[in-house]
Amino acid sequence: MTTIASSPSLTQNPCCSDWIELSREGVVVLKSGKVEIGQGIATALVQIAADELDVAPAQVELVSGHTARGPLEAGTSSSLSIETGGRAVRLAASAVRAILLAEAAKLLQAPVEALSVAQGSIMNSGRETDLTYWSLATTVDLSAAVLEHARPKAPAERRLTGTSMPRIDLAAKAAGAGFIHDLELPGMLHGRTLDPPASGRRLECFDEAALKHAFPNVQIVRDGSFVGVIAEREDIAVRAIARAARLAGWSGGFEVRQVMRNAIAADSSAVEFVAGRGDFESAHGRRITTEIERPYLSHASIAPSCAIARWEGDALEIHSHSQAVHDMRAPLATAFGIDADKIVIIHVPGAGTYGHSGQDDAAYEAALLARAVPGRPVRVLWSRAADFSLAPLGPGAVVKAEAKVDSEGRITALSIQSQSQAHVSRSGRGGTINLVAAERLAVPMAKGAPPDVPLERGGGADRNGMPFYAVPNIHVSKRILRDLPYRTSALRALGGYANIFAIETLMDDIAAATGADPIALRLAHLDDPRAAAVISKAAEMAGWPGSQGQGEGLGLGFCQYKNRSAYCAVVARVVCDERVRLTHAWAVVDAGEAINPDGLMNQIEGGIVQSASWTLKERVTFEGDAVTTRDWEAYPILRFSEVPEIKVSLIVRPELPALGVGEAATGPTAAAIGNAVHRALGLRVRTLPITRDAILAAAEQAQGTTGTTGA
Amino acid sequence: MDAIEIHVNGKKLGVRVDPDTPLLYVLRNDLGLKGTRAGCAEGQCMSCTVIISGRPQTACTVPVGSVAGQAVETVESLLGEDANHPLFDCVIEEQAGQCGYCLAGILMRAKALLDRQLAPTREDITSALDGHLCRCGAHARIIRAVERAAQAARARP
Repeated sequence: MTTIASSPSLTQNPCCSDWIELSREGVVVLKSGKVEIGQGIATALVQIAADELDVAPAQVELVSGHTARGPLEAGTSSSLSIETGGRAVRLAASAVRAILLAEAAKLLQAPVEALSVAQGSIMNSGRETDLTYWSLATTVDLSAAVLEHARPKAPAERRLTGTSMPRIDLAAKAAGAGFIHDLELPGMLHGRTLDPPASGRRLECFDEAALKHAFPNVQIVRDGSFVGVIAEREDIAVRAIARAARLAGWSGGFEVRQVMRNAIAADSSAVEFVAGRGDFESAHGRRITTEIERPYLSHASIAPSCAIARWEGDALEIHSHSQAVHDMRAPLATAFGIDADKIVIIHVPGAGTYGHSGQDDAAYEAALLARAVPGRPVRVLWSRAADFSLAPLGPGAVVKAEAKVDSEGRITALSIQSQSQAHVSRSGRGGTINLVAAERLAVPMAKGAPPDVPLERGGGADRNGMPFYAVPNIHVSKRILRDLPYRTSALRALGGYANIFAIETLMDDIAAATGADPIALRLAHLDDPRAAAVISKAAEMAGWPGSQGQGEGLGLGFCQYKNRSAYCAVVARVVCDERVRLTHAWAVVDAGEAINPDGLMNQIEGGIVQSASWTLKERVTFEGDAVTTRDWEAYPILRFSEVPEIKVSLIVRPELPALGVGEAATGPTAAAIGNAVHRALGLRVRTLPITRDAILAAAEQAQGTTGTTGA
Repeated sequence: MDAIEIHVNGKKLGVRVDPDTPLLYVLRNDLGLKGTRAGCAEGQCMSCTVIISGRPQTACTVPVGSVAGQAVETVESLLGEDANHPLFDCVIEEQAGQCGYCLAGILMRAKALLDRQLAPTREDITSALDGHLCRCGAHARIIRAVERAAQAARARP
């Protein structure tokens, strides 16, 4: 028997019954810890389970992100839901099928090879029998270990995976009550919480009596600097909190060095070695250096964070759109001084959030308010300004990328140093609490300093810091800045966005310095045919090298996400006139087996648009410790009139494992745009976003100095 | 408090609320029409767009008292017992969404466009939708869906 590749998700949830229930006639209940965040995972998991079980997708009822029903999987992040969660579902579903068919074979006294399944009914040599999954499930033990029974179908036997099944959740999201924001629980009350100007501020004065006088039917909850209101009607809660804001005075706040490069230079945190081979310093060749800067970025979800909490005695039930419902229980248990098993968290989809924004904070604040009204659910919806200014930000970063290039144009050595605040600071990781309201309580809860994500888990600041190119000497390091006051956590692709931008900028700078074609230079330094294939095909689709100069140009960016997930090459075409316009983007992706090709392409298209938005427009600004980009006017994102024509091509390899794609296009798109601008204008913009002002600044700088320096 | 009469999706309804209450909360909480999305509540993201007397407007900035007696159309009006509005079907056919939060508002803006213009150009569509924010990057699919729906609407008897 061949060994079956397992999934980390099976380690904690080894039994078939952790994943699949057959207690209701005709229905397969599929349980997953991975949650729908707009990426289509719900549909993909249903496809996989239905495929392995030979049932119709409509027969599968998905329960996901439910801490009481399990399974306990790691959060929905790092583009791992298909790779690990999907893999676990495939193995579990195949094991359930194998166990039930073995039982059927015994009862029918038929060889198992003669049996087949149609919508859960057992067929013997193509003829119907009295047996179904549901009749058999009463006599078999589904607590059996998945890995002992798993027999996943060979690629050629799959019927549903590999097809573009439409999303199972889209209709309700387009015109129904498809979101947590729309959930109305019996007896539900509406809460709102008071926003401090910045996360560390203290409430100096607050005229609670005046608020009570103006809103006698509104319940006011106060604990130190945390203030919330609870009302029967949402519009009343909104009015009451607006009045509360006028009755509050805040203290605290401090000056922060404005220029990020200076702040980073002044930070005392140590440089850590991440990975490498050979010796960068002693490698020979001409030194070429680039240093890029990415600003702090907002998740900027279209809908502010929302949660509903209800206490029953010391038991707490929360509906949340957190991407890590299981991780949230321990910190909430600590925060409320109860056992974690008294807390049930149920995931309900929200708007796309692309990482760790205010979801967990809203859940905590709903629970804080709900304590005042035992038995009644309290719904908290954050303000737009809170989502922009109090939720964690994607950290700004400075990345220095250096190469040594010999006289033949071979790269002999590469060095990457990433510097930023930690990229993941979810509560629960490393026993920490990171809930913004917990800092405001009368007895504030200490905020831990979570470690950045280690490279084994895909890396944080150093994600994709390891260049993918076949170069003998490589040195990768990172510096996690501890002295900066901003609240940061996971935003799509983490450090991969800035690192890929830096590495791929450097590659084009090397090409320019050595007179090489950027595509040829990359292909000459790649020994992975899958990487070469996506780059070559993207170049071909875009008509590389295209017209260059006079304000028009093509540029390429490439990565294998996390150096282990999907391969993605993007070619961008820009026209630079009054501003930088991204007119076209071509992408080629190799993610191995594609569970749902259209869903995969949708993720790449969206990844390109979002990365283009970051790269061309977005920057969080601060005044001291306070975020000043607090609404959509201050924080504009790419609009309908600004999105490029996008063409995505997949290289599908059904025989290879399915790789995560959600974050694959993020880094390559940024690099492709930067390189296209470089080829269009002969100017290198190293400080993101690439706005008109940034181009003018780069032009000014180029007049004073050359872009590359000799050894 | 006197009842305010509004005509929502062809039905005459009376609501007893403060006339200053934003229409958004009345639709979602008093009338149970959750399809109209609550976004920024500041008239900037357009996700709560509804059609009032033929004109697309953000429900978060319109006091319910100001629409007394007027016809309000919400995204629910695109769903029919026999057939949906082609805009809704085309959004599904094109899989024109990821998280989907922006879609309800976009559908209503697009409906207002198609109601007055049978054959909009791509530029007409792009410029009509330009104020609507989509964070997932489903723009290209949404534009295709609206183009397709315009074709389907023209083909209808």
